[in-house]
Amino acid sequence: MKQRNSPSAALPQDAYGQERMENVRLSGWCNPKPAARYNLVVVGGGPAGLVAARAAASMGAKVALVERALLGGVCLNVGCIPSKAIIRTSRLYAEMRNAERYGAQVPGDIRVDFAAVMQRMRRIRARVSRVDSVQRLSAAGVDVFLGEAHFTGTDALSVDGTKLRFRKAVVATGARPDTPSIPGLVEAGYLTNENVFDLTELPRRLLVIGGGPLGCELAQAFCRFGARTTIVQDLPLFLPKEERDAAQLLSDGFARDGIEVRLNTEAARVRMEGGQKLVDLISADYQSTVAVDAILTGTGRLPNVERLNLKVAGVDCDAATGIRIDDFLQTSNPRIYAAGDACLEHKFTHTADASARIAVHNALSLGRRRLSVLTVPWCTYTDPEIAHVGLYVREARDQDIPVRTFTVPMHDVDRAIADGEEVGFVKIHVKERTDRILGATIVARHAGEMINEITLAIVARIGLRTLARVIHAYPTQADAIKKAADAYVGLPARPTIRSLLRRWAAW
Amino acid sequence: MVEISEPTNEALLDGLQRAAFGYFLEAVNPATGLIADNSRANAPVSIAVVGFALSSYVVAVERGWLARADAVERSFAALRFFRDSDQSGGPAATGYKGFYYHFLDARTGLRVWRSELSMIDTALLIAGALTASMYFTANTPDEIKLREIVDILFRRIDWRWAQDGGATLRQGWKPECGFLHYGWEGYNEAIVLYVLALGSPTYPLEGDCFHAWTATYQWENLYGYDFLYGGPLFVHQFSHAWIDFRGIRDRFMREKRCDYFENSRRATLVQREYAQRNPNEFAGYDEHCWGLTACDGPSDELPDVTGEPRRLFGYAARGVPYGPDDGTIAGWASLASLPFTPDIAVDAARNMHRRYPEMLSELRYASGFNPSLASADRGAWVSPGNFGLDQGIVVMMIENHRTELIWRLMRACPYIRAGLRHAGFRGGWL
Repeated sequence: MKQRNSPSAALPQDAYGQERMENVRLSGWCNPKPAARYNLVVVGGGPAGLVAARAAASMGAKVALVERALLGGVCLNVGCIPSKAIIRTSRLYAEMRNAERYGAQVPGDIRVDFAAVMQRMRRIRARVSRVDSVQRLSAAGVDVFLGEAHFTGTDALSVDGTKLRFRKAVVATGARPDTPSIPGLVEAGYLTNENVFDLTELPRRLLVIGGGPLGCELAQAFCRFGARTTIVQDLPLFLPKEERDAAQLLSDGFARDGIEVRLNTEAARVRMEGGQKLVDLISADYQSTVAVDAILTGTGRLPNVERLNLKVAGVDCDAATGIRIDDFLQTSNPRIYAAGDACLEHKFTHTADASARIAVHNALSLGRRRLSVLTVPWCTYTDPEIAHVGLYVREARDQDIPVRTFTVPMHDVDRAIADGEEVGFVKIHVKERTDRILGATIVARHAGEMINEITLAIVARIGLRTLARVIHAYPTQADAIKKAADAYVGLPARPTIRSLLRRWAAW
Repeated sequence: MVEISEPTNEALLDGLQRAAFGYFLEAVNPATGLIADNSRANAPVSIAVVGFALSSYVVAVERGWLARADAVERSFAALRFFRDSDQSGGPAATGYKGFYYHFLDARTGLRVWRSELSMIDTALLIAGALTASMYFTANTPDEIKLREIVDILFRRIDWRWAQDGGATLRQGWKPECGFLHYGWEGYNEAIVLYVLALGSPTYPLEGDCFHAWTATYQWENLYGYDFLYGGPLFVHQFSHAWIDFRGIRDRFMREKRCDYFENSRRATLVQREYAQRNPNEFAGYDEHCWGLTACDGPSDELPDVTGEPRRLFGYAARGVPYGPDDGTIAGWASLASLPFTPDIAVDAARNMHRRYPEMLSELRYASGFNPSLASADRGAWVSPGNFGLDQGIVVMMIENHRTELIWRLMRACPYIRAGLRHAGFRGGWL
C-alpha cells in the first residue's frame, strides 16, 4: 500500500488486520505451477477480477488470477467496506447528539473513541475479506498468482518472471486516487482513500479537497467524529453530476452538521508552519488561509494501466480514461477484454461486477452481451444519501426526449415523518405523455436501498402505471415511490398522518 | 396597530401600493436619481431597484401621486447618471460594456462592496428604463431626451460579451477575476434578461442561447401541480412584472401546453401547499400565511419559542419545497402573486396583516417576518426597515392586476417583442 507521507497514518497491526492480510495476501503463499495455457487469465484481484475468475471457473474454464497487492481491491480494503463501516458509527454519534429530536435524552457524556471506531471497521473488513480469501479462491479452482504482471505478447504475460499463456484475458486492474497538483501538498503530506483508514487518531482539524462522493462521505463522517472539518470544491455545488436539488440538500446538510463549506473555491498552495498545514484558498477574488492538521484529497480516480506493458499486448489505452473497449468490453486485442475501473467511466463495485460478468461471457462463449444495455444505479452514502439511476433530465432533453418529473418530498411520506428523516425527495422522470421511466434521483436517509426498486422497474420495463398497482408495505419510506406512481395515475395520495391529526384536532 | 381588515379590496390594494411607492421618494439621491437598496443607514444603491423605481414612477403618474414633470425629472436624473457613468470596468468604476455593478455608492454612484458586474440586475434596470421610454412619449424636449438616453443605454450593452463564448449567459463579472463561475442553471428570473439580450439591435446573443438555457429546466409534478420548478417565489414574479406572459409560449411551454403566467399561478399554489404542510413545523405557516422568497430574515442563532437552537439564514433566497426555510415569510411576496392568484393573494394579505400587523409599517411591507421568533411584547421578528426590490414588485404587480399598465406598455416595446420572437415565443398578443 502506498504511504503518502502523512505522519498520522500508519497501518495498525492488530488481530483483525492480520486476519484480513492472511485472507487477502496469504503470507508464505507459493504461486502454483502455471498450466501450459489458460482459457482465461484475469489480471487484478479486485471486485471485477474476483467475479471474472469465479465466473470463468464455474464455467469449467482453466483460470488464473494475478494480483499484485491485496485481493478484494479498493472496495474491500480502502473503499466501500471501511467507509461504510465508519459512516455507520458517525451516524450513531449524530443521532446521539440529536436524541431530543427523537424524544430521547442526549447521553451525558458523548465522547468519541476514534480508536474503537477504527477497530470496528477493521473487524468488519476482516470478516468480509473471508469470502474472497486466497484459499477459497484457490479451492474454487482458480490458480492464484500473487505478484506483478506485465504482458510479454498478445497471448502471454509474466508474473515476476513466471510466464502465463492464455487464450483469453481480462484486465481488471482498477484505479487509484488522482492527486491534485497543488504546490506544497506532497511535501506537507496528505491522505487519500488509500491511507485514511489507517488513521489511529482523529485529526483535530481536517481539510477535504474535492466534493465528489468520497470527499463528501468522509468529510461528514469525520465532522461527526468531532474533527473541525472544512470542505473545498472548485464548482458551485457538490456532486456535480447529480441534480441541483440533491446537491443543494447535501450542502444544507453539511452546514447543519457544522462542516465549513467552501464552494467555488480552489486550494492554491499548501505550506507547513509550526507543525500545522496552512492551505491558501481562492474563491473568485477572495483569498483566505485555513490551518489544519490533515488534508484529505478526493478529486477523482485514475486507471491502473501504466505497468502492464499493454502496448506489447496490442491493447490501446489512455492514462486518464483507461483501457479502450468496445461495447462488448473487448480491447483492441481481440483476445483481451477489460472490466471495472480500469476501463469504465462509472467506477463502482457493482459496475465492476456487472462488466466482469459480461467480459467473461463474451470471452469464453459465443455470447455477445453489451455494456450499453446495463442500467446502473449509484449512491453517495452521505446523510441523507443521494442515489440515482438512468437518465438525468438534462441528458433526456439533450436527446430531445420530453420529460415529466414526479416529485414526492420525503416530508409527505408518513414513515419518513415517523422516523424523523424528512429531508429529501423521490424524483422519477418519465417520458412525457407515457409512463416509461427514464431515470430517478432519490435523496433520503436510505436512498441506496430505495433506488433498487426503480432500477428493477427500468430493467424489467415496468412503468409508473404498473408501479401504482404494486402494494407497498405501509408504513415504509419506499412508499414515496408508490406516491409518485399514484400521482401519475391521478390518484389522490394517501393523506399523511399529520394532516389527519390536524383535521381531527380541528373537529 | 394597523387595522386594515375593513377596507374593500380596491382600497386595501391602493393603500399598500401607494405605501410601497413612497419608498422610492424617500430613498432617492436627488442629485443622481439613484435609489438605495434598502432604508438602513449607509445602504448602497442597487441598480435593480433603480429599474423598479423607473417603472413605479410611471404608475405614480397614472395614479396622480406624482406630477408627470416630476417623474420625468427623476427618471431623467437616473438615466443621465448611467449614460455619463464611468464605463471603464475598473475596480471603482460604475460599469463596463454597458452593464453596471450590482451595488453602487449612494453618493458617487461608483462600485462598492467589490460587487459584481451583474447581468440580471442590469436587465432589471434596463427593463425599467424601457418602461419609462414607452410611457414618456410626448414630443417635449425632456421626454424626447429621455427616450434618446434609454436607447443609448440599451444599445451599448454588449450581451454577446456576457456569453463568454458559452451557450448561456454568465451571471456576473469582476475586474479582479473575470467572469464568475457560479452555477446559474434551471428556471429563474432571467427570462427578461434573455428577452432583452435577444432583442438587442447591436449585440444580440449568438447561437440558440435561450434554448440552451431552457434545456436546464425541470418540469415537475409536486403536490399535485405540474409546473416549471423554481424554489423562491420571486423567480416566478420578476420577469412577469414587465412581460405579459398570458397566451404566449416558447418551445418549452408549447411542449408542456402551458405558459409562464399559468406556471406562476401553479408555483404560487405550490407555495401555499407547502405552508399548509409546514414540514419544519414553523409558527404561523398555513394556507393563509405563506410566501418564501429572497428576503431578509433573522441571522443570529436566536432561540425559537421552544428554546431549540435553529439555523437562521439572514438575507437569503428562501424557497419551497427544499428550503432554505427558517420560518421567515415575506408578506409582500404572496401579494406580488396578485395577477396570478388574486383571491388567495388578497386572502393571505388580509390574514397576515391581521395576525402579524408588525410586518407592516405605515402599510409598507418589511422584507420578512418570522413568527417562530416571536416575543411577547413585540410579536413576530420583523426585518428592520424596507428593501427597494420588495416595494417595486408590489407597486408593479398591484398595477398589473388593476390596470395591466406595465404589461400594456411593454407589449408595445419593439425590443421586447423582437426578443420574445427570437426566443421562440409565439401566439397570443405577440
